Amino acid sequence: MKGVVWQGAGRIGVETVPDPELLLPTDALIRVTSTAICGSDLHLMDGVIPSMERGDLLGHEFMGEVIEVGRDVKKLRVGQRVVVPFNIACGLCDPCRRGLFSACDNSNPNHRMAEALYGAVSGGGLFGYSHLYGGYAGGQAQYVRVPFADVGPFVVPDGVKDEQVLFLTDIFPTGYQAAENCGITPGRDVVAVFGAGPVGQFAARSAMMLGAARVIVIDRLPERLEMAARGGADTLNYELEDVLIGLQERTGGRGPDHVIDAVGLEAHGHGPGALADTVKQRARLTFDRITALRWAIQSCAKGGTVSMPGVYGGLVDKMPMGAAFAKGLVFRMGQTHTHRYLDPLMKRIEAGDIDPSFVITHRARLDDAPRLYQTFRDKQDHCIKVVLDPWA
Amino acid sequence: MTGGNRVRAGGVEAPQVRSSLPPNPLNRPAISSGPERAVWGALAAGVGTLAFGRRHGPLARVALLALGGGLVTLAATGRNPLYDALKLRQNDAGEILVREAVTVGRPPHEVYARWRDLSRLPDFMEMLERIEVLHGTRSRWTVRGPAGPLTFEAELTADEPGQRIAWRTVPGPGVQHHGEVTFRPAPGDRGTEVLARYGYAPPGGPAGAAIARILNHEPGQRTRDDLMRLKRIMELGFIPTAKGQTSGRGVRAGKV
Ligand SMILES: [Zn+2]
Ligand SMILES: [Zn+2]
Repeated sequence: MKGVVWQGAGRIGVETVPDPELLLPTDALIRVTSTAICGSDLHLMDGVIPSMERGDLLGHEFMGEVIEVGRDVKKLRVGQRVVVPFNIACGLCDPCRRGLFSACDNSNPNHRMAEALYGAVSGGGLFGYSHLYGGYAGGQAQYVRVPFADVGPFVVPDGVKDEQVLFLTDIFPTGYQAAENCGITPGRDVVAVFGAGPVGQFAARSAMMLGAARVIVIDRLPERLEMAARGGADTLNYELEDVLIGLQERTGGRGPDHVIDAVGLEAHGHGPGALADTVKQRARLTFDRITALRWAIQSCAKGGTVSMPGVYGGLVDKMPMGAAFAKGLVFRMGQTHTHRYLDPLMKRIEAGDIDPSFVITHRARLDDAPRLYQTFRDKQDHCIKVVLDPWA
Repeated sequence: MTGGNRVRAGGVEAPQVRSSLPPNPLNRPAISSGPERAVWGALAAGVGTLAFGRRHGPLARVALLALGGGLVTLAATGRNPLYDALKLRQNDAGEILVREAVTVGRPPHEVYARWRDLSRLPDFMEMLERIEVLHGTRSRWTVRGPAGPLTFEAELTADEPGQRIAWRTVPGPGVQHHGEVTFRPAPGDRGTEVLARYGYAPPGGPAGAAIARILNHEPGQRTRDDLMRLKRIMELGFIPTAKGQTSGRGVRAGKV
């Protein structure tokens, strides 16, 4: 089959690799009909996530048709059309039973690698996202092996198009969880979203669905801000105006009641803090540049929430903890417990509350993946979200 | 049990509650001399270099990188940096001590019963090739070694159903070791807290243990994986894996 392969930092290729097979009786095989490139795939491309190996198959946003199930699979059946959460969960451990699917105790075979890096017990496995997260082959391919077939895959109705449900795999639930974590008081709270990438777009629209009185989206790319504005958000371009003053003005001096950092470890931004972060990241002294997080903390209203769907991988410094403490902020973060949101968000889509395909700017063949990784990373051609067809 | 109890406050022997381990087994980092420190420093540099080599898998590389960093940081502290970085602990008898814990989402009597079925320990203990239960409390263990399998006999020294199992090797040639595992209910219906403690005299002495650990063959390091495999067997009925899956490396091994 064809698949998108990591060939080293900065090098993405499409290669012919052996078809996947069932490895365990609880596995299923999926014929992938649509797959997407995620902002977090760019962290892999850039080589800032450790433990990638040449030849690793990428991709954690995919859906398709079940073509084979192992003998211990009880619910999922051949022929069903499914979306598959990007995180792998066993469904039986204590975190899974509490709904904390991304913190699964059992799904990461390389738990010890994460323990060595973080000095703590690891989270669960992820598709196509380094050996630190289990070394599972990704779904930017024609076929993919899905472990715990009765836990992850979610059957979608035939009537809806791939494009409407594909983002249930990651970015829609991720944006939604970020908004939900804010604990928005409907009709009252103002929410600021840093980063108008795909997750930021879904966070903004989710905050509106949850009743935010006003949503302000901050970015530097006009096309991304326009997309947010089309969804009903107020916008702020940090290259044209001072972020902190701009947010003060837009909130009567209070600051946003909640802030969402939808940027994570590769924040742009300027000033000595950002430069220092970049230098240190290049020198492997720190993993994470945190300009967006600093702005989020500094701008947030007293007693507000800093919600962090953006990915962080290591240590951060120059974090304004004094401001966070003085204002009594609450921090919520972590990988998305995707499994929780599949059913409720599917209902939102069916009810017409949202059509997630609004975020797609590029549709292409799998063979075009290397070029589109570049386009997406360099933010050329107004690229916001790429969907690939493995069979075109 | 030889040697002084350097760490214990007041030199008073605290009672070892229900433990067959020698007293004062824990948290005594080995102390290194000046020249020894230089050797460790060189080793740290070597390990750091190794981490960038191309011959290691990603697991080993992350481990080596963490290890190299740890060694450099600890090089001047006067403690045996390698032992600290490797989290190796020694008792006064020169034994290496291993402690690991895991919470398993099944009741204590079930987890105890799974462990007490000695012949099935190799299901989750990677270094064990085979255990034959002989008679009474005796068993014969075959362990995978770097130079082929090693066989020795062991006997149970404690067996408290649902709570504790302890064993030690029958004196003879080969590696001497002893261990115990305790099971107690986890709070809030979360199953069982399993605590494994082993002591052994490493072949090749402390340096042998350090080298074994770097090469991922040291028993303490394996214990964490063993306990996670036990947890996964008990909670899922199998051990999740990504081994043998497809990749651009074309490798297909270990298919089930
Ligand atoms: Zn994603
Ligand atoms: Zn789980």
